[in-house]
Amino acid sequence: MNPFSSGTCLRDMIRAIRACKTAAEERAVMLGYPTHFGQMECLKLIASAGFPEKRIGYLGLMLLLDERQEVLMLVTNSLKQDLNHSNQYIVGLALCALGNICSAEMARDLAPEVERLLQFRDPNIRKKAALCSIRIIKKVPALAENFINCAASLLKEKHHGVLITGVQLCADLCKVSSEALEYFRKKCTEGLVRTLRDIVNSPYSPEYDISGITDPYLHIRLLKLLRILGQGDADASDRMTDILAQVATKTESNKNAGNAILYECVETIMSIEDDGGLRVLAINILGKFLSNRDNNIRYVALNMLMRATTLDAQAVQRHRATILDCVKDSDASIRKRALDLLYLLVNDNNVKHLIKELIEYLEVSDQEFKGDLTAKICSLVEKFSSEKIWYIDQMLKVLSEAGNFVKDEVWHALIVVISNASDLHGYTIRALYRAFLTSTEQETLVRVAVWCIGEYGDMLVNNVGMLDIEDPITVTECDAVDAVEVAIKRHTSDLTTKAMALIALLKLSSRFPSYSERIKGIIVQNKGNVVLELQQRSIEFNHILQKHPKFRSALVERMPVLDEATFSGRRAGSLPTAISTSSGAPSNHPNGIAKPATAPIPDFLDLSSDDVPAPSSSGGDFLQDLLGVDLSPTPAPSGADMPPKASTDVLLDLLSIGMPLPVQTGLSASDILSSSQDDKAPFVNFNGLASLSSLSANATSPANAAPMMDLLDGRGPGPQKSEENGQAYPSLVAYESSSLRVMFNFSKQRGSPQTTLIQATFTNLSSNVYNDFLFQAAVPKFLQLHLDPASSNTLPASGDGSITQNLKVTNSQHGKKSLVMRVRIAYKTNNKDVLEERQINNFPQNL
Amino acid sequence: MIHFVLLISRQGKVRLTKWYSPYSQKERTKVIRELGGVILNRGPKLCNFVDWRGFKVVYKRYASLYFCMCIDQDDNELEVLEIIHHFVEILDRYFGSVCELDLIFNFHKAYYILDELLLAGELQESSKKTVARLIAAQDSLVETAKEQASSISNIIAQATK
Repeated sequence: MNPFSSGTCLRDMIRAIRACKTAAEERAVMLGYPTHFGQMECLKLIASAGFPEKRIGYLGLMLLLDERQEVLMLVTNSLKQDLNHSNQYIVGLALCALGNICSAEMARDLAPEVERLLQFRDPNIRKKAALCSIRIIKKVPALAENFINCAASLLKEKHHGVLITGVQLCADLCKVSSEALEYFRKKCTEGLVRTLRDIVNSPYSPEYDISGITDPYLHIRLLKLLRILGQGDADASDRMTDILAQVATKTESNKNAGNAILYECVETIMSIEDDGGLRVLAINILGKFLSNRDNNIRYVALNMLMRATTLDAQAVQRHRATILDCVKDSDASIRKRALDLLYLLVNDNNVKHLIKELIEYLEVSDQEFKGDLTAKICSLVEKFSSEKIWYIDQMLKVLSEAGNFVKDEVWHALIVVISNASDLHGYTIRALYRAFLTSTEQETLVRVAVWCIGEYGDMLVNNVGMLDIEDPITVTECDAVDAVEVAIKRHTSDLTTKAMALIALLKLSSRFPSYSERIKGIIVQNKGNVVLELQQRSIEFNHILQKHPKFRSALVERMPVLDEATFSGRRAGSLPTAISTSSGAPSNHPNGIAKPATAPIPDFLDLSSDDVPAPSSSGGDFLQDLLGVDLSPTPAPSGADMPPKASTDVLLDLLSIGMPLPVQTGLSASDILSSSQDDKAPFVNFNGLASLSSLSANATSPANAAPMMDLLDGRGPGPQKSEENGQAYPSLVAYESSSLRVMFNFSKQRGSPQTTLIQATFTNLSSNVYNDFLFQAAVPKFLQLHLDPASSNTLPASGDGSITQNLKVTNSQHGKKSLVMRVRIAYKTNNKDVLEERQINNFPQNL
Repeated sequence: MIHFVLLISRQGKVRLTKWYSPYSQKERTKVIRELGGVILNRGPKLCNFVDWRGFKVVYKRYASLYFCMCIDQDDNELEVLEIIHHFVEILDRYFGSVCELDLIFNFHKAYYILDELLLAGELQESSKKTVARLIAAQDSLVETAKEQASSISNIIAQATK
């Protein structure tokens, strides 16, 4: 609605104004556009004729408006007129306003005026015009070319104000336009060097003197411009080396002005191309700065040294001790800078000493700094850990001091290293135990300690692997269990710690069988815990303790060594598959359930894992057709994870299949349940729990119990020992084609007529070598099959060598039915994949 | 480049602000509150430089006032300390033993002086004498204009318009 249109609209306008809630709204309706407080008044003042009004008007304008306001456009005309005013002070006011708040459009409009003013007769106007031009070229870089010549002429001025602003204008021009940079480099470097020399050598001048130095600002501006011109250009750098050396040596450094000049000089020396003599001078100056009592100087020196380290690390190393002192300084900014610098200086020689000092300091540092310091120490220790024992020692110290600041990846990495350093297990666990006794408030330390006590509790109690440097310590089983109990009972322990402690107790109950009852008592206390995770764990573990004492030890065997390389690879890459890997990431797995290293358990749940090679999973599909079949692909990697997502459906299938499977579901259910804590998928818990209880229902029925126990007894871990044949059996050519021959050699284990050991030999009859050779076998329900790893998976050509693989078949219908087997052989030859399947029916009758 | 100048009293009251980079009203209040909190809490023996939001803030305390200037990472902090001192000395010379009250009651004059010292975030004049001279000249212009306006001839001229 146009408020100015007609009489009837006037009534509407009055109504609109009356309806306004604030003065700002009122103004908006009355004027037709929104404005803020005082803006229109400022514009009116600026437009008036007198100097005082203009002065106040421009002041108001600069305070109340900024370049983003559209109202600013209205001022452009006034500014233009004022820039051409006869009164130079009014011109000055206009330049000031323009230089402080002009927008890009205004800059474009008024640039020609400002250019003209660069050559005005009054130096005060010239200097204002120079700075105003800086703003213009920052807003509209395209206009930079117009200012190059004028700026160059400013450099020849005598008036200090104009000189300072002129130099600054040139510096900014160089930043904005490379053309300008070239021009100044060629034409003006000599002149600038001369000017600097003049000012350095100039006599005392009361007007510009500051602490005995004539116009330090000019010194600094000139040095800055020389730096820009000399950077990357050897020629220009050459011309300035003399004057730089002179400034560096002659300037007095007892006052701030002198130090400011020296600082700028050092910066310039560091940036230009130099032979080295000047650099040494610069680093010496920085060294002197470092020992200065003034905090500001030290701060500035540390800053500079960080940049100097990239250029000349050796020289900076000499000042290591001073820098170390600065880490302990009372000023927080200095501490931080010094720590950053120290981090850059660490190398293999000095790392031990430095880490020792840093850890000592960690004890007395204050809270805000501790986090930073801990992170730096941990990353340094990891980077430079040459010996595992040193690494473990340092990490333990850090954990005891500042465990709460240690990030998760760091203590995970520690556990990976611990599990790999098998000769240090005893030492580590004893050291951890001692540390645990003294500092229980560090959460991370408690977690690591609890995990290790669970894993290596027997080593702790039996003083296994004592090293010479250790003091003897007696830890009884009771003490170990006490320690874990403390971890659970502490009210400050969080969910992860308590969960880890529960698993550790389960492991201990297997390692210290005499304490089973007591451990059961502790676990049972959590049965009614409010937190679902703990409640679940305690119920499950209690169940395992009560009902399945026999395979408990298989469940909680020593964890296989966690692969450092994959762990650090994963950590570095932070793969998108992190979700499945993190639930199974070996070091994070609070799961104490280990797979026996030698017996490859079929990975039913591995269907969606990327790690498992394709043949196994496809083999799984192929063989699952035969119900109740014992799946025996070539062993999957021992660290294979069980992604819980696929679990529930497969679980139900498994439960319906029958015998061999309760073992796997027992493992996998708790697997899923403990790892799903990471996945935050509570519904999986319920399903898992449901299946677990149905499992226990199944398990209690005697019909299933016996074969399960048999199976478990039969499937104990341990290498296959091929004993001598009870009877001799003829070897069998199981399969022969033009390209491949498979021979089976039979033997029987003494005392078990149902079990046959078969040694399969594969020979390549073609002239091409076979790669990725994979043999898979399936048997019907009344047979059980166990496959050992093959001797290799490359079969040389023309019978030059062979692959052997051992199989073990148990015939539950021994005597009534003979063996029958379906085999599938896959290999790659000549860059194509070959698959051969055959049923073998010609086994000897009495096997 | 100096992005802004802030004068804050010991109690956190803002005495003077000058912005050389675009900050909206809301951003300005936020910056003032944040920086005020950081700087007022620093102990007396600490260094005068603070890392803040990727910029450096140089501050110096004079009696009950904190003079703060925010600069880029590649600027010379020690020089900015000198600039702050330069400003304070000019104020001192102008007001004669300047104190906070002078700045409260004559804030417009403080702004005029700052405008003669800094422009577009850069130093304009390194000579205190020149700055003083310029301010004095402009002040006398204002005086003359006032006298003219209050002179009898002007009053008569206004009345008969």
